[in-house]
Amino acid sequence: MDLSLSEEYQALQAEIRAFIATHGHKSPKPGGGRKRPDQKTLDWQKTLLEHGYVGRTIPVEYGGAGKTPDVMEAAVIASEFAAANIYAGLTNQGVSMLVPTLLELGTEEQKRAYVGPTIRGDIIWCQGYSEPGNGSDLANAQTKAELRDGFWVVNGQKIWTSSAHYADMMFLLCRTEPDRPKHEGLSYLLLSMNSPGIDRRPLKTMTGRSEFNEVFFTDVKVPETQIVAGRGKGWYVANVTLKHERSMIGNADKVTTRLEQLIKLLRSSEIDGVPLIRQAEFRDRLLRLQGEVIAWKAHNLRLLTEAAQGIDSGVNRMIVKYGGTMLGFRLSSLAVDALGAAGLPFESAGEDAEDDDATTWNIDYMYDVGLMIGGGSNNIQKNIIGERGLDLPREPKVAAATAVGRG
Amino acid sequence: MEFGLSLEQRQFDDSLRSFLTDRLPMERLRALAEPGGGYDEGLWHGLAELGLHGLIVPERFGGAGLGVLDAAVAAEALGYAAAPVPFAGTTVMAPLAFMNSATEAQQDEYLPMVAAGEARIAVGFAGLAGQTGTASATLDGSRLTGTISGVMDAGAATHFLVYLRDGTGALVAANAPGVTQSLHRSLDRTRPLADVSFDGSTAELLVAANDKLAAARRVLDAGRVVLAADTLGAAQTMLDRAVAFAKERVQFGRVIGSFQGVKYMLADCVTMLEPCRGMVWYAAHAQDGLPDEARLTACHAKAHVADVAREVARMTTETHGGMGFTDLLGLHYWFKRISFNRQVLGGPERCREEAAALQGW
Repeated sequence: MDLSLSEEYQALQAEIRAFIATHGHKSPKPGGGRKRPDQKTLDWQKTLLEHGYVGRTIPVEYGGAGKTPDVMEAAVIASEFAAANIYAGLTNQGVSMLVPTLLELGTEEQKRAYVGPTIRGDIIWCQGYSEPGNGSDLANAQTKAELRDGFWVVNGQKIWTSSAHYADMMFLLCRTEPDRPKHEGLSYLLLSMNSPGIDRRPLKTMTGRSEFNEVFFTDVKVPETQIVAGRGKGWYVANVTLKHERSMIGNADKVTTRLEQLIKLLRSSEIDGVPLIRQAEFRDRLLRLQGEVIAWKAHNLRLLTEAAQGIDSGVNRMIVKYGGTMLGFRLSSLAVDALGAAGLPFESAGEDAEDDDATTWNIDYMYDVGLMIGGGSNNIQKNIIGERGLDLPREPKVAAATAVGRG
Repeated sequence: MEFGLSLEQRQFDDSLRSFLTDRLPMERLRALAEPGGGYDEGLWHGLAELGLHGLIVPERFGGAGLGVLDAAVAAEALGYAAAPVPFAGTTVMAPLAFMNSATEAQQDEYLPMVAAGEARIAVGFAGLAGQTGTASATLDGSRLTGTISGVMDAGAATHFLVYLRDGTGALVAANAPGVTQSLHRSLDRTRPLADVSFDGSTAELLVAANDKLAAARRVLDAGRVVLAADTLGAAQTMLDRAVAFAKERVQFGRVIGSFQGVKYMLADCVTMLEPCRGMVWYAAHAQDGLPDEARLTACHAKAHVADVAREVARMTTETHGGMGFTDLLGLHYWFKRISFNRQVLGGPERCREEAAALQGW
């Protein structure tokens, strides 16, 4: 047990602190991320790239800093930026999911064409996975692509496509081999969102905002070479993408920050002139959450150590999404209860402005429910924890012989 | 940075666990538990060979000089086995009391006996711990009078160490004049509770600390962390057994672990319980090396692990169906171990209130 940093990481820490002291004033406000990066953000991203604080392990020929992967370095960088409240770089789906996937499976041309512009923020990607009829059962995707005259011709519909309304490109999971079993009939295509035949429609959610879109494809033509890893390999590629998504350490910074905000809120809010933090029920709920957050932070330290040692954390990692979203919801639930009736009449300031506390908490409270559903719903997570983590038997398949992908 | 157990700690854990598995098969545990005395000569001496008694006693007094984290590792293993061993009080809190509150001469006199397993010192608090029951003891000079109820790990105590409200430690031999002890079987048959009365009994005072009260609280905090670790181990046993049962038991022509109703309960258990392990390690490490976080994390670990373990105990018993409710299966020993640990040295509500007070809430 050693919670101190070794000399090389202390040196990195000092280097980052010096960087922040010199350049930090140019940073955009952290957070956001649900809109296209503005010029200030793009300039800042470029500065971070030049210093190797983003794209750190991406090979130099594709625009990165070419360093050896080191989770502890990544953790030091993340925590220094978080502590200084400085924007730590783009974390969109292109940067965190597509780029590592292409580096692992893409052709030389694909890597050269997309990695650099994506990490610079010049190309924004969206993810074409979920469909109206195929959410949790992702491998059953029915959007189809047929090869005609050197082009994939795509028809179908995707849903829950975040950032599609401003994205330049999409990585798309679609069915190219309708005669093959469902997991073997998928391919992974890269396509321009400006292609003729694409119709994007913002999907307004319960938060009142349009964080997602529906995307309709009518005879959309995609050059044949825009396939990753070959025909019928789409499920494999999608899982590599998900692996990269999951390999991002479950971040305890968010719940820590929320807890701190919550403590402030309970100190400053009153009913009948008594601060809520002095009221037994509110205080005990806050204390329970503080205990949970301490446990969660320690769990993350454990995962970080295991990742640094190259140990597969197994079930300890599988619980992160389920446990983390539930904890997030309990935190925002206490916040909306502390705001109480006074927090109910809120109005969002819109996509491009900063919301007040009541709006932020209320939207987070609803958005947290979305997080339990998206990215593999929590019931799917519980299947994974039970079946892969605890080695419990799978649910017997119903009608496994049902034909897939015909029609 | 390395947040986890060292190779030595894992090896110690392995050897302790295999010793306990060997010595405590179900029928043996049942036989030891029924009298409810919480102590077995053979088991105690066997643990001495593993170096358990001197675990945190400094090397110059014949111990291994390890820390609360090592004690937490041992406690988790003991909880996993539901071992009837007076560990938290005798092996952790008592030596820590000497290290925190006693003079060098007092340490020199007692710690070698503690390390050898010859002195078994039960620790009680006259207040401070937030335990229900009687806790009234007063000192007149070096004469101790009063009653402390619910003292744990007293089954074979040679001495009682009572911390008074101001942090003064009063050490009294169990056979000293004026000491009356009544040992009660508790809900948890692997550990009894003693009501101890003193009537002008001669005490040796442990008052060497600069801040007596802070020293007493350090002892209490370490005890709480060790109980949290014991609870974690007990809950882990229940979960492991429930998972194994769910893979074997067939109903409606299917192994019950394939039903999502059962699978999801067990997934919930592991999702709640696994972060408790990191929490216990962190809180234990804080006792050893992060003084600013020691009290807060001890209070929270004691409270949070107790709450999680109650849910795990309930759901894993349910997973076993009717068998889980029988005496025959013996699962209840762990259910009761968890219940015991929850109530002694302050329940979750009390521990959280202390955490609030610490932060000025």
